[in-house]
Amino acid sequence: MSASTAVPSGRFAARRQRLAEVSSRHRSWSIVVGIAIIGAILPVLANIPPFTLATPTNAWMDGFTNAGVWVLLAIGLNLVVGVAGLLDLGYAAFFAIGAYTYAYVASPFGNSILGIEFVTKVSPDLSGLVFWPMLLVGALVAGMFGILLGAPTLRLRGDYLAIVTLGFGEIVPIVFLNSDAVTNGTNGVGGLARPALPIIGSFSALNPWPYYISMLVLVAVVMMLAYRLVESRLGRAWEAIREDELAAAASGINTVTAKLLAFALGASTAGIAGVFNASKLVTVSPDQFTFIVSFTVLAMVVLGGMGNFWGVAVGAFVIYTINNVLLKVLNQFFDAVSFPILKDIDFIQLQFLLYGLALVAMMLLRPEGLFPNSRRQRELHTQVLEPGADELTTAEATTEEGQR
Amino acid sequence: MSGNPMDNEPILVADSVTRRFGGLVAVNSVDFTIPEGSIVSLIGPNGAGKTTFFNVLLGVIDPTAGSVVFRGRRMIARPERIGFESLIWVLPAVLVGLLAALLAEAGIVSGRLLALLGFITLLILIGSLLLGIIRPVWYSKGLERIGIFRSARPNDMVTAGVGRTFQNIRLFHNMTAIENVLVGMHTQLHGNLLEAFLQTPRVKAEEKAAEQRADELLTLVGLRGKGNEAARNLPYGDQRRLEIARALAAEPKLLLLDEPAAGMNPKETLDLVALISRLRNDLGLTILLIEHDMKVVMGISDRVTVLDHGEKIAEGTPDQVRKDPRVIEAYLGAPAA
Amino acid sequence: MTALPATSEAGGARVPMGASLKPLLRLVVPAVFLVGAYAFMGPEQFVNALTRGAIYALIALGYTMVYGIIELINFAHGDMFMMGAFVSLTFLGQILGLTGSITDIARLAPLLVAAFFVSMIVMGAIGVTIERLAYKPLRGAPRLAPLITAIGVSFILQNIVMLKYGPFQTNSPKIFPSFDIVIGSAKIPALSVFIIVVALSMMVALQLFISRTRLGRAMRSTAADRDAAQLMGVNINRTIAITFLIGAALAGAAGVVNGLQYGVSRFDDGFQAGLKAFTAAVLGGIGNTVGAALGGFIIGFIEVGATVMGFSRWGPAIVFGVLVIVLVFRPSGLLGQQLGERA
Repeated sequence: MSASTAVPSGRFAARRQRLAEVSSRHRSWSIVVGIAIIGAILPVLANIPPFTLATPTNAWMDGFTNAGVWVLLAIGLNLVVGVAGLLDLGYAAFFAIGAYTYAYVASPFGNSILGIEFVTKVSPDLSGLVFWPMLLVGALVAGMFGILLGAPTLRLRGDYLAIVTLGFGEIVPIVFLNSDAVTNGTNGVGGLARPALPIIGSFSALNPWPYYISMLVLVAVVMMLAYRLVESRLGRAWEAIREDELAAAASGINTVTAKLLAFALGASTAGIAGVFNASKLVTVSPDQFTFIVSFTVLAMVVLGGMGNFWGVAVGAFVIYTINNVLLKVLNQFFDAVSFPILKDIDFIQLQFLLYGLALVAMMLLRPEGLFPNSRRQRELHTQVLEPGADELTTAEATTEEGQR
Repeated sequence: MSGNPMDNEPILVADSVTRRFGGLVAVNSVDFTIPEGSIVSLIGPNGAGKTTFFNVLLGVIDPTAGSVVFRGRRMIARPERIGFESLIWVLPAVLVGLLAALLAEAGIVSGRLLALLGFITLLILIGSLLLGIIRPVWYSKGLERIGIFRSARPNDMVTAGVGRTFQNIRLFHNMTAIENVLVGMHTQLHGNLLEAFLQTPRVKAEEKAAEQRADELLTLVGLRGKGNEAARNLPYGDQRRLEIARALAAEPKLLLLDEPAAGMNPKETLDLVALISRLRNDLGLTILLIEHDMKVVMGISDRVTVLDHGEKIAEGTPDQVRKDPRVIEAYLGAPAA
Repeated sequence: MTALPATSEAGGARVPMGASLKPLLRLVVPAVFLVGAYAFMGPEQFVNALTRGAIYALIALGYTMVYGIIELINFAHGDMFMMGAFVSLTFLGQILGLTGSITDIARLAPLLVAAFFVSMIVMGAIGVTIERLAYKPLRGAPRLAPLITAIGVSFILQNIVMLKYGPFQTNSPKIFPSFDIVIGSAKIPALSVFIIVVALSMMVALQLFISRTRLGRAMRSTAADRDAAQLMGVNINRTIAITFLIGAALAGAAGVVNGLQYGVSRFDDGFQAGLKAFTAAVLGGIGNTVGAALGGFIIGFIEVGATVMGFSRWGPAIVFGVLVIVLVFRPSGLLGQQLGERA
């Protein structure tokens, strides 16, 4: 399967090649092992200098868990953008829908709106159990909204999806903000139940470990499912659509259904991430889900390497860590040493300018991302084969001629 | 293959198909039938409207007038009242939603029940939208009964049993040969989302069988052992064959080949002609060939139809067509004999 | 909104009966719409809707032209509008040091001309530069690449402005004197009349340019079929550059108008405005310049109508709802052709 291009000779390269082969044959196991290894190394790093100098160990652990939320988001968006080739610019909306879904079930306020009491003050441990099925419910609800938004849009040409999702991403927080009566407006919904497990009881803000472990498991499961999916019949269909939509349709693929499925599954993943994030922050409010979130996840996917789940996961982890640790540290550092010019720059403010520059630079110079998917790499570097005068575009061009 | 295949029942009937682009009439009222088990050809000089006609047959573009019936079912025609179809997607949900709102206003339902009604509305909306996208046969037929018609899409034509190749090869270049065929097998496989997630034994077996079948198809078109090569690295002639294998993967009844010999050398062309006869004789396929080059079609066609300036100017056996003065004039010195 | 389904039936040209009714409906539907809107909103809000609509229409033209010619949703276009407003406020406020209104028409007129001139030239230049640096190298790349680039450019522009002017609103000198033109009992701000006149004349000029000049013909032919146009000797690169130039200049003009009307600008103004203007372009039939202008005005009416009814907070949501409804019921827009659009 792996017709890799120009592999450098040498023992190291050969070993890497072999590793790649083994991991593609035993995909699920390699994911579990890989995540277990990473999951074991991170806490070690958080306990040693120089890392302990920047932030205390527990803060690192907490940060890793938060990074996991972004990893989930990036995996989900990668399914949409990287695998199916659909540009979703309102991804935060589904994140928000997942989070609010959890809020309705896991908070007294939400319960009063629903009219059903899921959480009880009597036994917080019991209330927290609702978190686990809610991961699935959040995914379902977000996926439903994905279908609702994607169904009318995906029938049309691809570009419309970008603008419709952009609009949706803008509207969802506005709806949560303006429907005060049922969402508590700006203040959002607070007092959400933390997850709980039968023996260890409710998770707490003081101990980062339960969240950390749950997140590792969640990432491993989602990653495993994602890989199984892209290596199935459906994955082949997505790939075919991305390469040549008309040829895919001529092979019997219902392109709209296939795209809708990818879009909805991406939304579901965001829903899962939303549920987790809400359970960790214990509060949801509209300002957590601005356009910035969608844009950041997109940057993670593009930088990490569209189509490659490991790549985008690493991309997400690195970008999150840079944003939340490195930039702060840089600010403190340059303030402390009073370095001219640099001390006046707020690096956190610069972050989004950097994202923008990075997106443009990546598209122009290395569209396959930092950790490319080998096939995607080939695809993105073939500008000659682009169907310029193919049948579909000519047919469309002619119908459009009448429009002007 | 007893008797003359031209006497068989038609598998496809195109009835006065017309397509205009703005002021230009690309195809003008063309009648065309394909008897089951035959090899028929459509020829004509460049710009005669062959590819436009072809695209209409395949559901790539809508006809301005006329219709196409495949195996007794009207598949393609000018869209009728498709605006109303969008209404059908939305209306049930809107009605339920309004009902819920009215009941809530009247104080009959509230709280839990109202939330439930809202949820049902949402589900109805999703259901009807999905119906419009998946478009099962019963749905299309039901719409037709109330006067709404939308042509079959290219993928519907494949499901109905029409396979095709492209004039300018459109393989999935970054996939291997066998993966291309596997994509073509899409309609034949049934592994769903859950099965993919769980990697059930059934889906594993299905994938394995599919790979075997793909190998067979590659062998059939003469690409044995080239399954793991990237499509883009195959020589030109092999790419054409691979396209045929991909089309065959959907187990079509009718195969439409758009200038399959374009850009081939004489030897490759000869092989191709042999392959096409074999597809008909061994697999029992019906074949429509579109060709620019008359020489290719003369040997194997049961019937040849000539198109010029979007109109049918001649139809008959290769010999009849060859002698037709209008055909000779249309080709004007081109290799008409 | 009410005009929507009616026109869609009339524009479909499928029913033989519609053929005779069509020209009539084309006149009657807008007339009914306008009269109804006037009666509903009253003269002040009616003019307000026209003013807003004019701004959206000017922005929508850029979207529709660029989409028509290279099939790219130029996400950065809304930010061109925002930057146009900042160029204008920098020129008038910081370079010329103006603050309040200028009542002397002999001074006002050249200043207004200069403001439009400067903003349109600067934005046109920026538009062409962006096209050259960010979009041109990606012509022929997979569709996703230029879209992602465009969203990147949008963020770059926003953040450059934010770094320079800060995250809060910046005042823009309202140099146009605020006096009303009284017609009967209605008081209509002179500024609104000025804005509507300026916008309409720009649209007419654009229409004449596209239909009458050689360059306009080149643009139309490139949009219809780029390869054929190239074969016929059209300089594709120059034509695309000019499309960006005109689109960006119109966005710049919209920026000036926005500054005069509202007096404040912020780095993220372009986002919302861009979304609404794009909706306008789709509503009118993307690729169709007349449609974009029409769509812009309709969006203006929808938004002001929502405010009049007390839903001002829901403005963006309503506009988005309109976008989705249009895409469901008439994806080719009001003035687009329906045949050939396949599901």
